[in-house]
Amino acid sequence: MGLEAFFFYIFSIAAVASAILVIIARNPVHAVLFLILAFFNAAGLFVLLGAEFLAMLLVIVYVGAVAVLFLFVVMMLDVDFAELRAGFIKNAGLGAIVGGIVMLELIMVLGFQSYSSQIIGNPAAPAPLVTDNVTNTEALGRILYTKYIFFFQVAGLILLVAMIGAIVLTLRHKEGVRRQSIAVQVARTPETAMEIIKVAPGQSVFPKNEGPAE
Amino acid sequence: MWEQANEIWWSYGWPALIIVGQSVLLMVALLLIIAYLLLMDRKVWAAVQQRRGPNVVGPFGLFQSFADLLKFVLKEPIIPSGADKSVFLLAPVATTVCALAAWAVIPVSADGWGTWVVSDMNVGILYILAISSLGVYGVIMGGWASNSKYPFMGALRSAAQMVSYEVSIGLVIVTVLLCVGSLNMTDIVNAQKTGLGTQMGFTPSALDWYWLVLLPMFVIFIISALAETNRPPFDLPEAESELVAGFMVEYSSTPYLLFMLGEYVAITTMCALTTILFLGGWLPPVDIWPLNAVPGLIWFLAKIVFVFFLFAMAKAIVPRYRYDQLMRLGWKVFLPISLLMVVVVAAVLQFGPKWGVV
Repeated sequence: MGLEAFFFYIFSIAAVASAILVIIARNPVHAVLFLILAFFNAAGLFVLLGAEFLAMLLVIVYVGAVAVLFLFVVMMLDVDFAELRAGFIKNAGLGAIVGGIVMLELIMVLGFQSYSSQIIGNPAAPAPLVTDNVTNTEALGRILYTKYIFFFQVAGLILLVAMIGAIVLTLRHKEGVRRQSIAVQVARTPETAMEIIKVAPGQSVFPKNEGPAE
Repeated sequence: MWEQANEIWWSYGWPALIIVGQSVLLMVALLLIIAYLLLMDRKVWAAVQQRRGPNVVGPFGLFQSFADLLKFVLKEPIIPSGADKSVFLLAPVATTVCALAAWAVIPVSADGWGTWVVSDMNVGILYILAISSLGVYGVIMGGWASNSKYPFMGALRSAAQMVSYEVSIGLVIVTVLLCVGSLNMTDIVNAQKTGLGTQMGFTPSALDWYWLVLLPMFVIFIISALAETNRPPFDLPEAESELVAGFMVEYSSTPYLLFMLGEYVAITTMCALTTILFLGGWLPPVDIWPLNAVPGLIWFLAKIVFVFFLFAMAKAIVPRYRYDQLMRLGWKVFLPISLLMVVVVAAVLQFGPKWGVV
């Protein structure tokens, strides 16, 4: 047993434990924090596999961006824990069915991978040899931007559409809001900003543009 | 039995000891440097305002940071009764640990035997990006765990700020990486040995570094680094004069010290990153004797201090941004410019004449 095996067990035990804690934590914020810990340990496992690029992407995308939004949403919601627990029994059957299907699929994928010689001998792209001196960033780039360029672009388009959709759904133009317009402020000159009035004795002053002062 | 133990020691124990030794050495040196950068920050600020700054503890106030440390540590930590105790205490620790962890991949010098770095990993710059994006967790956790309105609002405000400026920092780094063609920090510095200056026939000098070729990106990076680390003029998270202390309202004593320490470590990391990406790391400004006889570490430190001086001057001179101005600058100015620059740089590298870059 080498050092790698030791770290593998540390990371995998921590990953499984924190994944379980995500489900059983009473406080949703604690659950999200445990989810982040699970992501971290998964990234550690990727590093052990020699896939450091994927590990860093996992941390940047999931921990750095997605989980922050999770945390935002969970913190802003006023969650009623009693209500949540009451709903648990009602939805337990549905959850068990979904979980069972996912587990069955995982077993099938892993099972076929281990027993079918056809799949083992026919990977999408051969892993670069260590002696090739190709970093796994480069190896991923070579396959992603050649063989899978269409799928890559389609995935990007889907994300773009989702982003535009989110903006369209939340964009509201409120009436009667006075916003700062820097161009207008900068373009002000003494001629547009002030008016010189000659006041005759005994007369009061009526400004041309009435209304609240700027 | 003895043979086996000996073998295990030399294959696992000794390398582990070396790694631990390197890490401890780096951390102690880093914290010492930060103690004096903090003093420099206050002295520069004072000099701009024609004050003397801290000058009581030790000669010229040189021990001020250590006196502050003692004061913070000896005070009583107060935990609000409604607070989520574990998360409340975890938040400052997370901030500091993440900030310190980023230094594992920062190369400080190089000599004939290799680079002076704890871990010379292939994806070093991605690691820095990943770890610095974790700084936001300390802020959110601290604000939420305080169980009070002002820290919570402060946490939301500063989290939005940090996430926004990460986008432009990421794109600036992409333009540098396009020129280098590697994610390794050592390669990034070595790529700046030749460049625009050598193409024009000069000896390797400061003209080769990326600050000149990628000048707009250099400016954007420095400003985004200020915003990302919550430095003035973007210190909305803790604007002392009008927003009390943002997410840190409820913190006192050592937890507060850890937040401050994490912040200064993050600032120093950004200085080091600016140095590596744009100012040629440990390379001398002109590759002639006696400048190239000075150890690389000295140049690296000098450049860090120079960048930190820029940050300190910005703190002293520039008035604080309003929140909507901050968001406008990040999303409407920096993001389009840096996106455009990624396209321009990529196009020049692919189709343009082979000037200094690459």
